[in-house]
Order: sequence, then structure tokens, then C-alpha cells
Amino acid sequence: MSVRGLRVDRGGRPVLRGLDFDVPRGAVLGLLGPSGCGKTTLIRSIVGVQMVRGGTVTVLGRPAGDPELRRLVGYATQQPAVYTDLTVAENLRYFGSVLGASRHDADRVIAQVGLADQRGQLVGTLSGGQLSRASLAVALLGGPELVVLDEPTVGLDPLLRQELWGLFHELAAGGVTLIVSSHVMDEASRCDRLLLMREGDILADAAPAALRARTGRQDLEQAFLHLISEREGAPA
Amino acid sequence: MNLRITLATTRRILTQLRHDHRTVGLLVGVPTVLMVLLRYVIEQPAIFDRLGPLLLGVFPFVVMFIVTSVGTLRERTGGTLERLMTMPLGKLDLLLGYALAFGLLAVVQVAVAATISMIWLGLDLAGPVGMLLLVAVLNALLGMALGLFASAFARTEFQAVQFMPAFILPQVLLCGLFVPREQMAPVLEQISVVLPLTYAVDAMVELTRTAEVTGTLARDMSVVAGCTLLALVLGAATLRRRTP
Ligand SMILES: Nc1ncnc2c1ncn2[C@@H]1O[C@H](COP(=O)(O)OP(=O)(O)OP(=O)(O)O)[C@@H](O)[C@H]1O
Ligand SMILES: [Mg+2]
Repeated sequence: MSVRGLRVDRGGRPVLRGLDFDVPRGAVLGLLGPSGCGKTTLIRSIVGVQMVRGGTVTVLGRPAGDPELRRLVGYATQQPAVYTDLTVAENLRYFGSVLGASRHDADRVIAQVGLADQRGQLVGTLSGGQLSRASLAVALLGGPELVVLDEPTVGLDPLLRQELWGLFHELAAGGVTLIVSSHVMDEASRCDRLLLMREGDILADAAPAALRARTGRQDLEQAFLHLISEREGAPA
Repeated sequence: MNLRITLATTRRILTQLRHDHRTVGLLVGVPTVLMVLLRYVIEQPAIFDRLGPLLLGVFPFVVMFIVTSVGTLRERTGGTLERLMTMPLGKLDLLLGYALAFGLLAVVQVAVAATISMIWLGLDLAGPVGMLLLVAVLNALLGMALGLFASAFARTEFQAVQFMPAFILPQVLLCGLFVPREQMAPVLEQISVVLPLTYAVDAMVELTRTAEVTGTLARDMSVVAGCTLLALVLGAATLRRRTP
């Protein structure tokens, strides 16, 4: 996947100011940055639902939003996007038939996100964390090659977060590329690559280890703060 | 256009309704109750024979307008539309999926209201019952298509509900339900000529008047179908894959 000179305006203001980066196949890319820095906007551009002002986004060799990609890219929005008046299994059955996935596939993703006990429960009655996992499950349907997740671990306990990150790496080991946004820095260390964003710009694009080495900070949160003050010319 | 996805969408909408007994009860029950009410408020069978079919034409139109405008607005604001737009679902698949589900619902709605009207309330229908159901479905689809179109202009569910009086009530006032159109001021009659509900209701009147499929009935039904297609095309244009 590659992004060149991507610029997006929203509400008349520039939100992404010319981004350039590449993501190799099978990588887990962490998208980090403060609230409002443009993570969701970048993700929407990657899945092809954002109107962009300039630049190109190429996904699996095709322009973002290409009809061919609609089967190959799994997407979970920041707000869980599932039908609250359907059960977990009914939701997956519907999205599965849209994707042309087998019914067996719904059972697979339900197990992957740990919702086997809730499969017959109405989505509207799920807990917050269960709800976001139901939405995550839809993104995994049909075996996509690129999975784009907007803050999938918000509101989850440490154990569940660990399990999900285990799942992400398992998928990546199978050749799936993942783009995962978060603003929790302790998740950054679990990514292969980090894209640190701030106010629509890329502050750093590096592996966690390289970032630690460059800033001399072991803690990634400290490293991030260091980069910001460095960029603004103030002593760290 | 993909039949599998269209049918999956229809099944999904019907499943959502199956979980929502109250809405189904209201959709099917309210028109029937209103017909009973109308019959006993009027108390004159001749007038009921004139007004009853008009109401049977108006119900599916109004109800489907509301259900669709709120339903599609929920898809827009709930993020499910954005998600579907990243999937191999054509806009037409979604629209036809909605049309099929609500068309079926309209058949049930009108079948119940018409059966009770004819058996219990003594409504006289000269035309074939099958035609009545067909006209009702056409009216429902017209309401659905307009609702879909209107929902694109609503930012909130409050606004969507307010579109009902704005889009629908003028048409109901001018369609000949309250005052025959010939008796209206010429300007108003002219306006009623371009409003689709006028033809939807006129088709119902034809059905009660004669057992034959008249030229007027055929014209009315074509106008309703044409307006439905036009509204669907406009509605489809408001479903965007990319949004700002
Ligand atoms: N529909 C919109 N119209 C106008 N401005 C918008 C719109 N959506 C987002 N913005 C603005 O664009 C900027 C980036 O928003 P975005 O949702 O991409 O941030 P984010 O990094 O995902 O934040 P968070 O971590 O809080 O989810 C914000 O300043 C936001 O206010
Ligand atoms: Mg966001």
C-alpha cells in the first residue's frame, strides 16, 4: 500500500496536509496521534469513502475505492457500525452474504473475536466492548488482504486487548496487512511500524525500536512528546 | 446489480422488523383501525365507499415514506451505510432490497385493511382485489422512493420526521381526499396535477368504480411507477460512496 501527497479538506479546513508513506504486505501499521489529528480521515481515504483534494492512495496495486478492492479490504469504523436490532450472528450473516463469504466464515470470525457466547444476542444489548468486537468481526469476514481498524481496542480490558493484538499478529503472519489506529501509546510497541501523526502531518514513520533509538527514550509516549517538542524547536 | 445481495438486504430488513414486533403491529394495525374509525365516524355507507379506497391508497404511501426516511437516515448516521459502501454492494442492490422488503410489507398492510374493510365494514370494490394490492404496492414504493430521497436532506431523525408534513401533507390535501379536485381553485387543481399522490389515489378511485382495467387506471399506475423510478434515481444519486 502506498500514499503519495495525500491532501484532504474537511469542513473547509485542511485536515491532511500532504502525506507520503508506504506499508509493506503483512505488516501491522500503528496509526497514532492525538485526537483530531486526522487518523479517521486517513483511514477513510484508504478504504475509499473520503473525498480527497489531492494525491494518490494505492492499495494492493489499485487506486483506493476501486471496485476490485471491495472484497479485499476489511474496514471497521470508529463508531461500531452494525445493526443494533439484529443479533451478532444475523449481522455477520448479512455482511457475509454481501461479501460472498460462506456461512462457515461467520462462525470463524465470531470465534476469533471471542463472541461465541453472544452469537444469538441482539447487538443493541451487548456491552460496549462486545459491541466493538462485533463490529471488528465484520471487518474480518471473507478473509480480506488488508484490514483497516479505527480504534478497535477502545474500552477493552488489558487481557482482551492482548488477545486481539495476538489475533492481529496471527493474521499478519498469514500475509494480511493491518492498519490499526489508536491513541493509546502502550499499544504502539505491539506494532511493526508506527505512523505518528499530528495536525494532519506525519511526525514519524518508523519501527518502535528505531523510534526509541532516535529519541533516546525507552517509553514510546515520552518518545512521541520528544518528537513534538523537537519539531516545535523547544528543548525536550 | 446482484440478486444475492439484493435478497440478502431484503432478508436483513425483514429480520430487523421481526425483532421489532411493535413496529410491525403498528404498520399492519393502524391502517385497519383507522378504516374502522372512518367507517363509524361517517356512518353513511355511500361516503365511506368513496373515501375508504382513497385512504387505502394513502396509507402505504405515508407509512413507507416515514419508515424509509428514518431507516435510511439510521444507516447513514449509524455508519452501516459507510461500511456497506466499502463492500461489493451496488446502490441499486440496496435500493431494490429496501423496495422488495417494504413492497412485501405493503401487501400485508393493505391486504389486512382491505379484507376487514370489505368483509366487516361493507366497502364496495368493483375492481379485482389483485389490482387493489398491486396499486397499494405501487403507492408504497412511491412513498419509499420519496422517503429515501428526502432522507438525504435530513441531518437528524427529528428533521426526517418533519419531512413527513412537508412532503406528504400538501399532497394529501390536494389529492382529492378532502375536496374533489374539480372543486378546487384552478391554481390548486393545476398543482395537484403534478403531484404523484394524486394519481395514486385516482387509481384507487377507478378500482372502486368499475371492474374493468380502464385507460385512466393504466395511466395512473404508469404515472405512479414513473415517479417512483424518478425518485429512486434521484435517491440513488444521494447515496455517495465518497463523502466529504
Ligand atoms: N465531517 C466533518 N466536517 C468537518 N470537519 C470534520 C469532519 N470530520 C472530521 N472533521 C475534522 O477533521 C479533523 C480530523 O478528524 P479525524 O476524525 O480524522 O480525527 P481523529 O484523528 O480520528 O481523532 P480521534 O482520535 O478523536 O478519533 C478534526 O479536526 C475534525 O474536527
Ligand atoms: Mg478518529
